[in-house]
Amino acid sequence: MSTVWLCVVVVGAASILFKATGPVLLGRRELPAWLAGPVGLLAPAVLAALVVTQSVAGDREIVADPRLAGLAVGAVAVALRAPLLVVVVVAATTAALIRLF
Amino acid sequence: MRARYLEGARAIAPIGVASFAFALSFGVLARTAGMGTTAPIVMSATTFGGSAQFAVASLLDAGGAAAAAIVAALMLNARYMPIGISVASSFEGPAWRRLLQAQLIVDESWAVALKRRGGFDVRVLLGAGGLLYVTWVSGTVVGVMVGDTIGDAESLGLDAAFPALFLALLVPQLTGRRELEAAILGGAIALALIPFTPAGVPIVAGAAACLVSYRR
Repeated sequence: MSTVWLCVVVVGAASILFKATGPVLLGRRELPAWLAGPVGLLAPAVLAALVVTQSVAGDREIVADPRLAGLAVGAVAVALRAPLLVVVVVAATTAALIRLF
Repeated sequence: MRARYLEGARAIAPIGVASFAFALSFGVLARTAGMGTTAPIVMSATTFGGSAQFAVASLLDAGGAAAAAIVAALMLNARYMPIGISVASSFEGPAWRRLLQAQLIVDESWAVALKRRGGFDVRVLLGAGGLLYVTWVSGTVVGVMVGDTIGDAESLGLDAAFPALFLALLVPQLTGRRELEAAILGGAIALALIPFTPAGVPIVAGAAACLVSYRR
């Protein structure tokens, strides 16, 4: 198998397994108590980690680029309780304008 | 019931535009990296994870070995295991259906399907994930077949749409002191690890903040 197809098959199969493990193996069963507690806090932890990595992560370095400015303006829109569409559009527009000039 | 699927698709539509543009860039990069036309499309349809796919394409483009590309991609998609476990009880039906539906889990579809106080609406996930799947795969097809047609996704600022989306979806989750602590800790861990670990690890480590915050 070529290098390319080896990557495609292995990464594809692993991704399918990662995503399916919980829904297939656990099914409708409620999580055991020791797991249910921490899992309830997974959403804020992961979302915050995503905000950080998507805004300042470079290639193994922290970078301040137009994404961060877009996030800042998006944060103002969030504070003003703007709809999701507005938050996303003002963030993208801010970054696009900064890159333009 | 159908309304919930539509709600998910509608909520994620603006991100669908960005997703299409990034899939297109992936298709173009994959061609440059010598991945051909079929393999990138198969990859988008099976891996369905932007950052992992970009990692593979750029490592192969740089002449990297398969092992390095695979390890990088696996670290980037590893977070889907804890995320999948956290929402597992919302899935219904036989195992094969849960397996297929679970493939629509990506950060964005998961995040819009979160409700306040730990709830989760799997129909919103499926609506949003379904739309993103279509835009992601079709964007890849256009990218490998036609090439760059709408310009650089970054010059359009589309990369800034993602952190803003996650922030907007994070705020309603901050319903109490513990949630706030988990968010601050998760963000801080991710930030601290960015310079020292391969991409993906900061997110998984940030996710582990939920264990610490719960114990305290």
